[in-house]
Amino acid sequence: MRRDIFQAIADPTRRAILVLVAVQAMTPNAIAEHFDITRQSISKHLRILSECELLAHKQEGREIFYELKIDKMKEIDVWLDQFRKVMEERFQQLDQVLFTIKNKKK
Amino acid sequence: MNLLFDFTVDKDTATIHVTREFAADLDLVWDAFTKSEILDQWMGPKPWRVQTKEMDFREGGRWLFAMISDENVAPTRFSLAEFVEIKPKSSFTTKNSFADENGNPINTSFTYSITTNSFKAGADKTTVTIVKKMASLSQLEQFIEGGYFKEGTAMGFRNLDEFLLTLVANK
Repeated sequence: MRRDIFQAIADPTRRAILVLVAVQAMTPNAIAEHFDITRQSISKHLRILSECELLAHKQEGREIFYELKIDKMKEIDVWLDQFRKVMEERFQQLDQVLFTIKNKKK
Repeated sequence: MNLLFDFTVDKDTATIHVTREFAADLDLVWDAFTKSEILDQWMGPKPWRVQTKEMDFREGGRWLFAMISDENVAPTRFSLAEFVEIKPKSSFTTKNSFADENGNPINTSFTYSITTNSFKAGADKTTVTIVKKMASLSQLEQFIEGGYFKEGTAMGFRNLDEFLLTLVANK
């Protein structure tokens, strides 16, 4: 199944995984060391990211290494879209806060 | 009310321009961007919420805040905004960086951004324009080539979105 890339990066743990492997390929165990969640959850995140074709894996001896697999244009647009979503969400929260404050003043 | 939201990126200069209208008067919108008790209510992108640790809103002062993940999916991280210039009810400029819990900037030479927020009163709305300038390409290349991830993986979690944006904005 081809998953939606935006759904994949909407999860903060998966975004953190992408950052980790952006610089160097890592084994699932090495990745898991950075999180307070189960190894099983990490495997699930890795599977989703692989299905989205954001991660590639390669076998080296007995170890499997995950690395970032994403072309530059896609990378740019994905992260800009992510940042745009963060800003939109913040501003919608602010709309609500402003509305609440204005109503209190009345 | 239909509120304008505009988001553009200039990749050549690594600058992001955001314009947004808010249905409130200038005084209130200014407070919402400069008073910690209001900032804490809206600045956190899910799953994070923002909790101010220090706020000293004056030129040379700073805002230190924690980003706390309610779902425990990521460690708490701290960000710092240093107030470079303030023109009351008109604009303010911050230097943004990652920090430790005491507000000591982390890797500031690679990962900071300069943000100017400008405010313009309208008939029944206030328009906020945000210009965010990222660190330079050469600094970013150093960051990647230097393997800073290996030295401090905490860096990988600190203000992730901003870092990623720095990365892509400079490509």
